[in-house]
Amino acid sequence: MILARIIGTVVATRKDSRLEGKKLLICRPVDPDGNDDKGYLIAVDTVHAGYREKVLVVQGSSARMASGCKDTPVDAAIVGIVDAVSQD
Amino acid sequence: MYLGKVIGTVVCSVKDPGLHSQKLLLVRRLPDGPAVVAVDAVGAGAGETVYVCRGREAAFAFKQEVPTEAAIVAIVDDVQRTL
Amino acid sequence: MIIARVVGNVIATQKQETHEGKKILLLQPLDLDDNPAGDVIVALDAVDAGVGDRVLAVMEGFSAMTSVGHIESPIDAAVIGVIDLVELA
Repeated sequence: MILARIIGTVVATRKDSRLEGKKLLICRPVDPDGNDDKGYLIAVDTVHAGYREKVLVVQGSSARMASGCKDTPVDAAIVGIVDAVSQD
Repeated sequence: MYLGKVIGTVVCSVKDPGLHSQKLLLVRRLPDGPAVVAVDAVGAGAGETVYVCRGREAAFAFKQEVPTEAAIVAIVDDVQRTL
Repeated sequence: MIIARVVGNVIATQKQETHEGKKILLLQPLDLDDNPAGDVIVALDAVDAGVGDRVLAVMEGFSAMTSVGHIESPIDAAVIGVIDLVELA
C-alpha cells in the first residue's frame, strides 16, 4: 500500500459496466512527510475520501479485495483515510 | 503489452523443465528500450515486430505451465500510428 | 489505472486466439498536463475506443482479461473507459 493525496477526479461515461457507480479519483503518491512523489494513479474510492485528503491506496490484484471491488476491473483502490503518520 | 523487435535467440541446455521445448527469443522493446528474454507463443522469428505480454499473465499464453513473465503473443503485421 | 491517449492501431494476423476479434490499440500514457509520460504500450479495447480518445487503461491481468471476456489469457492491459473529463482540485 502507498500513501497518497487526492488531487482530482476522472469522469468517464463509456466504461466497463462493472465500474458504474464507482468514484474514480486521481491520487498523487506522497512520502511519509507528506511531500509529493512523482506521477499519479487513478484509484477507485471505497471510503468516501475527498479532495486533498491523505489516503491509503492498495494496488495490483489486491485492490479487488477492497469493499465492493470483488471481480471488478480495478488495479488500485483507496482503502483508508489517513489521520496521522508518525515516524521514529 | 508492448511492441518489440526480435533481435536474437537464447539457448539454454540447463533449464527449468517448464521451459523445455520452448523457444527463447531476445526482444528489444521499441523504439529503444531494454532487451528482454521472452518465451515465444506464436512462432515468431528474427527481425519480426511482435508484441509482448508481461507479468504473471504471460504464463497464460501456454497450455502447460511455463515459468515466464514475458511471452510473445502476436506477430505484428502493421503499426498504424496516426497521432 | 492510468490516463492514456489512443495514438494508433496494431494489426496482427498471427496471435493468441483470445486476442482475436478485439481492437489492439497503441496507447501513449499521459501525465496530468496531457503530456506524454513514458513509453507507448499495447492494450486490448473493451469499450470501442478510437484514435484520439483519452482513455482509462487498466494495467493488471485479471482486470484486463475479464474486461475483454477472456479469463486465463495473456492480456496485461486493456482500455476500460473513455474519459469525458479530468478535474483537478
